[in-house]
Amino acid sequence: MIAGARAILRKDLLIELRTKESVPAMVLFSVTVYVLFHFGLDRDSLDGELASGVLWVTLLLAAVIGVTRLFAAEREQGGIDGLLLAPVDRTSLFVAKAAALFVFLTAVELVAVPAFALLLLGPGLGGALPELFVILALANLGVAAVGALVAALAAETRARELIVPLLLLPLLVPLLIACAQATEPLLRQDAGPEELGRWLSLLSLYDVVFVLLSIAVFDFLLED
Amino acid sequence: MYSKSLVPLAVASVVTITTALVLVFFYAPLDADQGFVQKIFYIHVPMAIVALCGFVAGGVFAIRHLRSGDRSWDMRSYVAIHMSIILGLAVLITGAIWAKASWGHWWLWDEPVLVSFLVVFLLYCVYYPLRFSIEDPDRQARYSSVFAITAGAFVPLNFMAVRLAEKYTHPRVLSQTGGSLPGEMRLTFLVALLGVGLLFVTLWKLELTAKHASMQLKRLRNRARVAA
Amino acid sequence: MAAIELERLERRYGERVALADVSVRLDEGQTLAVLGGNGAGKTTLLRVLAGLLRPHAGRARVLGAELPAERWKLPAQVGYLGHEPLLYRELSGRENLRYHARLHGVGDERVDELLAAVGMAQRADDPVRDLSKGLVQRLAAARAVLHDPALLLLDEPRANLDPAAAELLEPLIGRASGRTRVLVSHDVEGALGESDVSIGLRDGRPAAVGRELYR
Repeated sequence: MIAGARAILRKDLLIELRTKESVPAMVLFSVTVYVLFHFGLDRDSLDGELASGVLWVTLLLAAVIGVTRLFAAEREQGGIDGLLLAPVDRTSLFVAKAAALFVFLTAVELVAVPAFALLLLGPGLGGALPELFVILALANLGVAAVGALVAALAAETRARELIVPLLLLPLLVPLLIACAQATEPLLRQDAGPEELGRWLSLLSLYDVVFVLLSIAVFDFLLED
Repeated sequence: MYSKSLVPLAVASVVTITTALVLVFFYAPLDADQGFVQKIFYIHVPMAIVALCGFVAGGVFAIRHLRSGDRSWDMRSYVAIHMSIILGLAVLITGAIWAKASWGHWWLWDEPVLVSFLVVFLLYCVYYPLRFSIEDPDRQARYSSVFAITAGAFVPLNFMAVRLAEKYTHPRVLSQTGGSLPGEMRLTFLVALLGVGLLFVTLWKLELTAKHASMQLKRLRNRARVAA
Repeated sequence: MAAIELERLERRYGERVALADVSVRLDEGQTLAVLGGNGAGKTTLLRVLAGLLRPHAGRARVLGAELPAERWKLPAQVGYLGHEPLLYRELSGRENLRYHARLHGVGDERVDELLAAVGMAQRADDPVRDLSKGLVQRLAAARAVLHDPALLLLDEPRANLDPAAAELLEPLIGRASGRTRVLVSHDVEGALGESDVSIGLRDGRPAAVGRELYR
């Protein structure tokens, strides 16, 4: 089954490389939102809670774009029949799509986070990097799992572009809370108390619950 | 199928709610700080608890639907969620009224239960557009069930996260859960909770009965049309 | 050995009947022609046989697999050539076939073999969106037989094909291939000519094959 998941993942990455439709849009969107925040908040530099909040809200909004487009290639070829006719079980399908989303999110963050540091962040990023990597990795895992589930739920509904953000964003609230709280001390001018432990635990719990849940229910989507 | 226990349930609900109302207005003591307004608590919190139970029940019914393929479970799930959403709106409104009357603000971000409820409410509102944008009835039921299960699992996680994020400096103002209530208040609260719960179950059964009947009617009409 | 055994198969779309009371038996190596007007349920029947739709009532056994319980056994043994080519438009013919080959555990040499067999060796590396419908149909046929399926489900396979292309595809998806086939076609004479068993559908129910089918 891993071979099947790998083949599907490879195909999705190849198509994205070819069309460049999701990742550049997500990056551009992120930078645009930073600019909006600059004007909206009328601030040149942010730190602490504000910086953490702006960073994470922007990343999650950008994720919505990626999730909406996750099954786009299938829709363009006339539906998900191709995936259903493949000798691949639904779990592998889920893993492949979630992995693709994970890769896209990582690619976006490679540009969007430095861009944030450049445009809006007061204190430097340097010291915060190792912890930030861990937070981003765990966050991407959660967003990938929930995102793949929401994408499949909305894949064949008429109102897909409306439903994806309305469904995805509330579901991501616990993840947002954990990430924003975990990142906040890392982005402060003066070193403050860090409570990474508790927020990483919440984040990990969220990831475990949603990965397991998504795998369990995925079978019931995409059939018939 | 559903209507057998409807009359006794309805009677029980009316009796309990009337009792609760009597207790609220004549038995429960006036709160020292907040005065009369505090009595909204007797409807606000029971509705919140019943709504949350309704959401969880919706998730459980959804699991049974997916496992058995029997669409009547999906109907039970839909009605439970549908009613809990309406109840949820009432929770938010009474919460806001209470907040404004007691503290002068229409909304309190300091109150983690209320805030969590807002997020849960926003999530469940998407149930309708999701459900009704799918035309095939089989698929509609299946996808609704997947949503109900996902959202049901989300509720505790969300409450946990919002509670954790609460700033330590602000005291919790609205949640006065059973544990720390003086005797008269606790009794009134429990009766109110029972009343709202019974009312919910009664209305749930009522709506299910009505839906069942209209589906039977449609089926008979179809059969008559085909035979003609 | 029976490749397909359907007994009073039923498939609904909500309250509406898509298929009802469909019974048919097809042996290995035989061809079944499914005929009927638009909206008669031909494509629905094909999709049930492919495992894409589950039967709501009746018995269905395809290649030894009971539907719907054992639907998962079908993809490896069934080749489906429907209205949609099921090819990713941004990828080339070769990339598309290689993707399917990897899904089925088939080697790349088979991909090259098939590309040559359908006359697409020259344009194998052009993105599918640049190809004409006829060329896309050839690739779709190659995709359908790539994994050497025991059962072929063909929904108007010769649409968009010029006579030369149809001839090229004959050994792959035609009678000559020796595979068990289910063929949906509007060309009644042609279909009846190349089939062993036939079934007519009207409003989802079996009907006699003849002019009334298309009224």
